[in-house]
Amino acid sequence: MSRVSVPCHVKGTVALQVGDVRTSHGRPGVLVIDVTFPSVAPFELQEITFKNYYTAFLSIRVRQHTSMHTPAKWVTCLRDHCLMPNPHSEEGAQDYVSLFKHQMLCDMARVLELRLILRQPSPLWLSFTVEELQIYQQGPKSPSMTFPKWLSHPVPCEQPVPLLEGLPDPSRVSSEVQQMWALTEMIRASHTSARIGRFDVDGCYDLNLLSYT
Amino acid sequence: MSQEESDISLIIAQIVQKLKGSNLYAQLERQAWASLQRPEIKLESLKEDIKEFFKISGWEKKLQNAVYSELSVFPLPSHPAAPPEHLKEPLVYMRKAQGSWEKRILKSLNSMCTELSIPLARKRPVGEQKELLNKWNEMGTDEPDLSLFRPVYAPKDFLEVLINLRNPNYENGDSLSFRTHLGLIQVPLKVKDIPELKECFIELGLNTGQLGIDDSTQVPPELFENEHVRIGQKVLAEQDSAAAQQYVRQGSPTALRAELWALILNISSQPEDILYYEQLKTNVIQHDLLVDSLIYKDVKLTASNDDYYFVFEDYLYQVLLCFSRDTSVLSHFAYNSASPPKSYIRGKLGLEEYAVFYPPNGVIPFHGFSMYVAPLCFLYHEPSKLYQIFREMYVRFFFRLHSISSHPSGIVSLCLLFETLLQTYLPQLFYHLREIGAQPLRISFKWMVRAFSGYLATDQLLLLWDRILGYNSLEILAVLAAAVFAFRAVNLMEVTSLAAAEAVLADLSTLKVMPLLQIFLFATVT
Repeated sequence: MSRVSVPCHVKGTVALQVGDVRTSHGRPGVLVIDVTFPSVAPFELQEITFKNYYTAFLSIRVRQHTSMHTPAKWVTCLRDHCLMPNPHSEEGAQDYVSLFKHQMLCDMARVLELRLILRQPSPLWLSFTVEELQIYQQGPKSPSMTFPKWLSHPVPCEQPVPLLEGLPDPSRVSSEVQQMWALTEMIRASHTSARIGRFDVDGCYDLNLLSYT
Repeated sequence: MSQEESDISLIIAQIVQKLKGSNLYAQLERQAWASLQRPEIKLESLKEDIKEFFKISGWEKKLQNAVYSELSVFPLPSHPAAPPEHLKEPLVYMRKAQGSWEKRILKSLNSMCTELSIPLARKRPVGEQKELLNKWNEMGTDEPDLSLFRPVYAPKDFLEVLINLRNPNYENGDSLSFRTHLGLIQVPLKVKDIPELKECFIELGLNTGQLGIDDSTQVPPELFENEHVRIGQKVLAEQDSAAAQQYVRQGSPTALRAELWALILNISSQPEDILYYEQLKTNVIQHDLLVDSLIYKDVKLTASNDDYYFVFEDYLYQVLLCFSRDTSVLSHFAYNSASPPKSYIRGKLGLEEYAVFYPPNGVIPFHGFSMYVAPLCFLYHEPSKLYQIFREMYVRFFFRLHSISSHPSGIVSLCLLFETLLQTYLPQLFYHLREIGAQPLRISFKWMVRAFSGYLATDQLLLLWDRILGYNSLEILAVLAAAVFAFRAVNLMEVTSLAAAEAVLADLSTLKVMPLLQIFLFATVT
């Protein structure tokens, strides 16, 4: 399924905390990231991908465009999706994650804005966030190029040119050539990942020192 | 297509791609062509008839074994956005730690090279090649001067690196709190506790027969042993890898062990494999590597001094020298957090066409490396088969014991599992040892890094390695280490120094592995 990246503007994270941030000793366990799409019309969301960094639970709220004059409301489309099965340990802490349309609680037809709510209840981690956030919408279903008219509307069959003496039948030749071409395409596509096994370069294995890069 | 279906088709495509380059693919093709002569293959139902033929002739089983082997070894395809480093090791700080550790090893090797003025690699003159070929089967009689060589690193150097491993995003406060790790490992990896281990190692339970317990002389063989051997023979007749893996969880009879391990690791000695080994032997004869001297030194220091393994000294050279030349080992670096060292042909520094890996298999041996091979010499006497088994064991299990990674079978997780088990179930012992300055990991680390090779009696070691293969995991090593401490707890409570604690645990050769594991997991009152 093709997908097209939607340019988005990710606002800075806002920590939600009870009390004054400066005086309280604990670290915030909830962060909010707003994602807006300033230059794009309301679109249908297909996929969200990101790289996790020690976020344990993710909720997503979405504001959609409504056709009537009612103001757009925030709706929760993903609730407490677990990214780290054990918030105190490293499992899942730096994984790449994809969230799809079918995992959402509501339909994502005309997305205006997204709000990601990150939760990390464990006090062991100094910070947490999500990185490399990418939003995708549905790509075009069929290739957008147009066929030249003569391909999609072939001309009616005309009289075949009379065969010249001694030459093979053109339609048979063309079908054989087609088969050979298909065979070479198959062989080209099925390249193996087997290694050859040589470790030297043209028989020479005289080395300098080991390289550090 | 749902997400699950597309995941499965991705896995299938990956496995098909890998198997296409293998021997098995060529053989299946040849068999299919040859089967066209058979009367039962009809043109109208060609596909179905050939499939049926494969099923009857046992080729389908071989294909199943190959697919099972791929699934066991290679990790599942990861997220499309994840770079290849992420597959090697997902945590960035561990990748960095592994990178700096590797740099230290390279520096050490380079300085040895320049100090001794010995090249990393050189082509042997023809006379020397002939000489080596003549004494190929008795390289142990050679006494080269190795006094100037020193091992690149020993397990205790590696332990220091692991002790200093820190997650920069983790609260490593100075004050003692619930989050402080009392052991040496300070990274918060997820490790199993005893209820989870009981579930995982359920076949080691008190109600299941085990070789190593229920085959002792007091137990009549009709109760368990005879039936178990009969089932083992049946598994071998069926040639089913998955069944063999399940079977050896209860231990493998000595007579069947060699074949069972070969079946689980999907090793069959084809003429091509013997030819491949001969090619590696030619490579050893043609080029002399600095790594060879390290291997010689290691064998002389460890296996040759061991009462059980000194007879296999020649085999060890034949396997390890060829292992260093084997470029097929490079493919395991896709899922190993380590990376192979690189070098350039003399005079062509920086030119990518002249970049090579050194040694050709990318693995620099450390002190004790030859002990991974030594126990296998009891099972396999034919050098090319011994070689294949060792190589497969290395790329499945042993590489995890000397590279820094967050994998549940990686050495870091094993150390943390050992310390956590000891702390949770033997808190008095743990506290006492810590107070006298004898952190338990300092004693048990060397056992785990060598997978207990050279510390246990060989029959016990082979029973332990049966379980490693059966469960496809190295966690049993950490459990056994904790079980050994539990067994000698009374003596350990009376010691007052690290040296005395080491002395109590110096000799493990009388231990019986399976009763220790069973008691620790299933019979200890918590």
